[in-house]
Amino acid sequence: MSDAWKPKILGMVCNWCSYAGADLAGGGRIQYPPDIRIVRVMCTGRLDALFVLKAFADGADGVLISGCHFGDCHYLEGNYKAAKRMFMVKRLMKSIGLDDRRFRMTFVSASEGAKWAKVVTNVVDTVKELGPSPLTENK
Amino acid sequence: MVEKKKTTTKKTETKKQDTKKEAPVKQEVKKQAPAPAAKAVAAPGTTTKQEARIGVFICHCGTNIAGSMDIPAVQEYAKTLPNVAYVDNYKYMCSMPGQAVISKAVKDNHLTGVVVSACSPRLHEPTFRTATKEAGINPFRFEMANIREQNSWVHMHDREGSTEKAKDAIRIAVAKAALLQDLFPKTVPVEKAAMVVGAGVAGMQAALDLAAAGIKTYLVESDTSIGGRMSQLDKTFPTLDCSQCILTPKMVDVGRATMIDLMTYTEVDAVEGYIGNFDVTVRKKARGVLTPAEAEARGIVGGGCNGCGDCEAVCPVIKPNEFEVGMKPRKAIYINHPQVVPLLYTIDFNTCIKCGLCVTACGPEKKAIDLESKDEFVKVKVGTVILATGYDIFPIENKQEWGYKRYDNVITSLEFERLICASGPTGGHLVRPSDGETPMRVAFVLCAGSRDNTGIGKPYCSRFCCMYSLKHAHQITEKIPGCIPYIFYMDIRSFGKAYEEFYYRIQDEGAKFIRGRVANILEDPKTKNLHVYADDTLLDRPVDMEVDLVVLAAAIQPKVDTNRTRKLFGVSCSQDGWLLEAHPKLNPCGTTTAGVFLAGVCQGPKDIPDTVAQAEGAASAASIPIHKGEVELEPYFATCIEEKCAGCGMCVNLCPYSALSLVEKDGRQVMQVTEAKCKGCGTCGGFCPGGAIWMNHFATPQIVAQIDAFLLGGEQ
Repeated sequence: MSDAWKPKILGMVCNWCSYAGADLAGGGRIQYPPDIRIVRVMCTGRLDALFVLKAFADGADGVLISGCHFGDCHYLEGNYKAAKRMFMVKRLMKSIGLDDRRFRMTFVSASEGAKWAKVVTNVVDTVKELGPSPLTENK
Repeated sequence: MVEKKKTTTKKTETKKQDTKKEAPVKQEVKKQAPAPAAKAVAAPGTTTKQEARIGVFICHCGTNIAGSMDIPAVQEYAKTLPNVAYVDNYKYMCSMPGQAVISKAVKDNHLTGVVVSACSPRLHEPTFRTATKEAGINPFRFEMANIREQNSWVHMHDREGSTEKAKDAIRIAVAKAALLQDLFPKTVPVEKAAMVVGAGVAGMQAALDLAAAGIKTYLVESDTSIGGRMSQLDKTFPTLDCSQCILTPKMVDVGRATMIDLMTYTEVDAVEGYIGNFDVTVRKKARGVLTPAEAEARGIVGGGCNGCGDCEAVCPVIKPNEFEVGMKPRKAIYINHPQVVPLLYTIDFNTCIKCGLCVTACGPEKKAIDLESKDEFVKVKVGTVILATGYDIFPIENKQEWGYKRYDNVITSLEFERLICASGPTGGHLVRPSDGETPMRVAFVLCAGSRDNTGIGKPYCSRFCCMYSLKHAHQITEKIPGCIPYIFYMDIRSFGKAYEEFYYRIQDEGAKFIRGRVANILEDPKTKNLHVYADDTLLDRPVDMEVDLVVLAAAIQPKVDTNRTRKLFGVSCSQDGWLLEAHPKLNPCGTTTAGVFLAGVCQGPKDIPDTVAQAEGAASAASIPIHKGEVELEPYFATCIEEKCAGCGMCVNLCPYSALSLVEKDGRQVMQVTEAKCKGCGTCGGFCPGGAIWMNHFATPQIVAQIDAFLLGGEQ
């Protein structure tokens, strides 16, 4: 690895929209920074708020959750339920003094390859601007 | 990533502090935190006693992957991961020899799990699952690390970054693979019936094919008769067949086929269930007219509508006829055109004044009219569904510079079709709407709203406008001697069989082609003639041409209720709003919802031959599960860990499919899953405060292991 700090960003995405969108970005060879690692679930509704907190506790500098657009969920309404939980996570992050810009929920459909690349680039830029997570600073 | 290993203890402390703020779920995190590899995961029904032995197989995909990263370095790294017993690489893992590598390694090394690091699981997961199964272990003990679509292809010029990302992806996949369990797909029976939504040429073709294959088919059409857009057309390109002449035999067949249950003036109201077992509720809109069968059911023997038209003759209400694009009047009780199937009148209750004249005219024998009829809901059960919902015409008045709806003599191509059609409002005489005169100079504006990046029109090509405009040019030179068609075009896209030849023919027939987009159209207020302003880009000079009639080849767009349709059937849309196919190249008829297929323009602009071909494809695809008689469902359903379940019932309300319920067991309430209803979204598992829901293949310990593997370097 080079000397420059590389952020650790976890992306948890749904199988039907955002994972497919990310695949489409690949097919279209739309380049974006490599600082994200993806965990695929069937639906963002599967995501426990604790997964996000666990990631931050483990030292993630940023977490991105991405699913289908509202009204577009393969399982009708999983993304609504995920979004509700994730707002809670954002509030919780604020309350413990963790910058909630480190955590983002986005909506990228299976046909939005370019948007996926944009989202990841933006998340990486934001996290780079914020620097390493304070939870990893005192190691 | 690896240097984080030593700091694990410290981080666990930080985490404890975090979770204190969220008291009720604190325990859950504690339990997950040690997320043990392989051993201590106790899922209901399965025991994983043996130590996980994972094989990692890295694919080069030619240079697709190997060209962007250091495969030997990735391979060396994979060997150091916990639970990894074997690592190999191959140029094309999906090839037969590549799959043989997996099979041999599993047997030789007694592997318990397989990780293939290659393309997207959305492409090759089924391939490698089968390979895993053939190697002798459960196919669900396979996990894929996507290092192509989400790595080598998107970080093509960052060799170091993509190599590191691939290492992490494999570490994450191995962590999950070590915890995967044997799963067994369920098979469910498939209802031997299908539904086709939309009875244009696509829907009719699909329904006819399904019926011919011996499948009971419900053909649902929201309009009063079948035929769709094609029945509005006069001629078809490039053969110049009369559209109605080639369509009506199909319409008649549809009306006659005993295996087709034709439901016109009917809309889908609700859809429940899954492939093999869709419960569809349709709403039969109040029609006010009884079929002979309906009349007989009411005890009126020999009654019902016979299409005589006596009612229409006496009806006092006059409205614009939508089928004729408003250019002809119709009554409140009407049929679209003389060749309708079914030949059955319909009362437009929005305009009917219930004067009762039609009831009298119909007479006491037929008694076909019921002014008090109401919407009826009917439930049908089908195994598969084909959506063939068609398209709308782009509201071209939005492109104000062309003056549609402001100038009398600017019409759309669909209006032209009706005007030139023998059964149309003018009996086939093309006339100027302003004065009824025969036009001698007609301008055709192509790409009207198509290939338009101004934000007002549509960015895509509507695909058939070039060709029908050529056909229009032919029709006017044929019908009106001396009339000159001027075609303003960007490119003539004559892509189909015998299309280019047709283009040459029209050139020879004297049509004038001007390559240039029309900038503006102005009306001469006295003569109502039109001045068409454009740039002739071939001669590089501005054009101001006075014509008698302008025909705009308006773009097409998704049906106005596409959103409703796709939500009903759980289908996605592509960016331009058309229904999204499962794969643009290799699965153009399928959707991401198993058992729902697409046919015709609802999936994207296409002409009649392509529409019919796709309809036949969709019918074939939709008939496969029905003929097979059963389908395999992925075993991703939820299960309840009863010791942990507190019986709170939160999950029961969260489930979008009503698959969960609370039952009494050993004197307390626990959750129970109806597996046939569960689709495996995991919304319940993502919420359960007690961690009592085990989502097969996406279980909490498996996901936590992935998170830990990424961030803590595989050491938990």
